[in-house]
Amino acid sequence: MTDEKTLVSGIDIPSPASATDDGGVLGTIGRVGASRRQFIKGVISSGAAVSSAGYVFGGMAGCATEEAPMAGGVERLISLNVNGETRRVDVLPYETLAMTLRYKLGLTGTKLGCDRAECGACTVLLDGVSTYSCSTLTHTVRGRAIRTVEGLEGPNGELHPVQQAMIDELGPQCGFCTPGQVMAAVALLEANPSPTRDEARFALSGNLCRCGAYDHYLNSVMRAAQSA
Amino acid sequence: MSKDMMRAFELYQPDSVENAVELLGRFGADGWAMAGGNDTLDWFKDRVKYAGSVVDLSGVEGLSGIRETADGVEIGAMTTLTEIEASPLIQERYSVLADSARRVASPQIRNTGTIGGNVAQDTRCWYYRYGVDCYRAGGNSCYADTPQGQNREHCLWGADRCIAVTPSDTAPALVVLDARMAIVNADGEREVPAEEFFIGPEIDIERMTVLEPGDLLTAIRIPNDWAGAQFYFEKVADRNTWDFPLVNIASAMFVEGGAVSRIRMAAGAVECVPRRLSVVEEIVTGSAPDEETAALAGQAAVRGATPFNYNHFKIPLLENLVKRAIRDS
Ligand SMILES: Cc1cc2nc3c(=O)[nH]c(=O)nc-3n(C[C@H](O)[C@H](O)[C@H](O)COP(=O)(O)OP(=O)(O)OC[C@H]3O[C@@H](n4cnc5c(N)ncnc54)[C@H](O)[C@@H]3O)c2cc1C
Ligand code: FES
Ligand code: FES
Repeated sequence: MTDEKTLVSGIDIPSPASATDDGGVLGTIGRVGASRRQFIKGVISSGAAVSSAGYVFGGMAGCATEEAPMAGGVERLISLNVNGETRRVDVLPYETLAMTLRYKLGLTGTKLGCDRAECGACTVLLDGVSTYSCSTLTHTVRGRAIRTVEGLEGPNGELHPVQQAMIDELGPQCGFCTPGQVMAAVALLEANPSPTRDEARFALSGNLCRCGAYDHYLNSVMRAAQSA
Repeated sequence: MSKDMMRAFELYQPDSVENAVELLGRFGADGWAMAGGNDTLDWFKDRVKYAGSVVDLSGVEGLSGIRETADGVEIGAMTTLTEIEASPLIQERYSVLADSARRVASPQIRNTGTIGGNVAQDTRCWYYRYGVDCYRAGGNSCYADTPQGQNREHCLWGADRCIAVTPSDTAPALVVLDARMAIVNADGEREVPAEEFFIGPEIDIERMTVLEPGDLLTAIRIPNDWAGAQFYFEKVADRNTWDFPLVNIASAMFVEGGAVSRIRMAAGAVECVPRRLSVVEEIVTGSAPDEETAALAGQAAVRGATPFNYNHFKIPLLENLVKRAIRDS
């Protein structure tokens, strides 16, 4: 199996034998072998290193797994259908779609807020259905039509009616959640071109806005519905 | 602290139940069935659970969709919660299930989250999910059941070392509908009633369901018994989106000649398993589903509840939900 040390290089993982049982709550985290649950040793104490590894994910991808996949596992080199184009990309078995889009395909319009299916910043469309790309493994969406905010652009660079409506209604404030809000709204309007305000509220309920621009976003969706 | 980098695992994508079961059987405790991945990836990112071999069920033929059968409806384990909430068949016959699916998490999670994953998900006790070495994790203490323990979300019944509760919104609905869970492993298929599918700490403190390594939940079968009953589902949570139930309630009842002829009721998030409210069912059967019956039922439902420091509020909450289920369904 893949060795933990080749995955996150530079992190020293203590061996299970050095685990202690009597260090209070934190001290007992991460017992391997000794615990019936499959903890990963030492991860919490070296959390800072892990997180920086996470943020340089793109650059480190090559050194993350040097070993060939075990027989029968997925092939890493795959084709994805992104915004109508076929993109060849080398994808790790445990890579999320948000990671692939942002760090392999350069589509940074898709944001990562929580990386835990709890905010909606990473919303993309899979066959027209809104999905959290942070909580979807890339290998599971081969053969699906993936649409990101970059794919909304018209043939002459014009904005999508939802994007235009968001400008007209002063929808966003800081804008971080906006691509996700836009994608959720596009999915709604494609399925239901004239939603009620409550239907729009429900459809956008999986997208948090730290700035609290919810009403402006709803105004935008209702305007886009009328203009479409 | 960000722990977003998952530990490397190998991913397998079988195309048939047979192959999926073969893989899960081969990997045993190092294997992991992944449906929509909503719960799965959180565990992996938080590095609290790990499996070296993940079996992606999304390409397995025959696991998805809602079919009518001779004696009811069969829902494939990979059917998404969105498909269930939108299904005319489910809405017409078993609206309690559609209503419960609609209250799960957020639209995007329901779009990829499956019914199989929803019933098989692990508890949300935050100490456990944080990765402490509690009873459920194989240790020998409970951090929620202490004078300082933050146990607002925890149980009213069935505490046995662990005081965590069932997090699922669809589970009480499936118990009420007397659903059968079809489980396949290397030895073949078995069918388990929903009520026995969920297990408490007294049976096995490390699992929430009867599923064991190597088991694949393939379908949920709902018999005709409760089709078209008067249903009720209500969930109370801190926010309408994302948040897990503080208490939820599901019920099905038939009324004949002004009196309840048959009723089944279950509540979630008050015990480690969906709590079947048999005492309510007994009290209510034969009576008119009016205010008076509802009040009696509500009082009976909460008898014997044993709260912890921060979850006393669940007692009147459950009492009121039971009342409403009888009066308003
Ligand atoms: C932010 C957030 C909020 C949520 N809020 C709610 C809520 O309010 N109410 C609620 O009920 N749920 C809630 N959930 C849970 C969510 O509904 C479930 O995570 C989802 O339904 C799981 O489905 P999935 O297909 O993504 O499962 P996965 O993550 O793929 O699987 C979950 C578990 O089930 C097992 N499993 C899945 N399918 C099978 C199968 N066919 N056979 C054997 N084992 C299987 C997996 O091994 C895993 O252990 C929430 C989740 C998140 C992340
Ligand atoms: S980044 Fe995906 S939901 Fe927050
Ligand atoms: S506009 Fe700032 S988070 Fe929504």
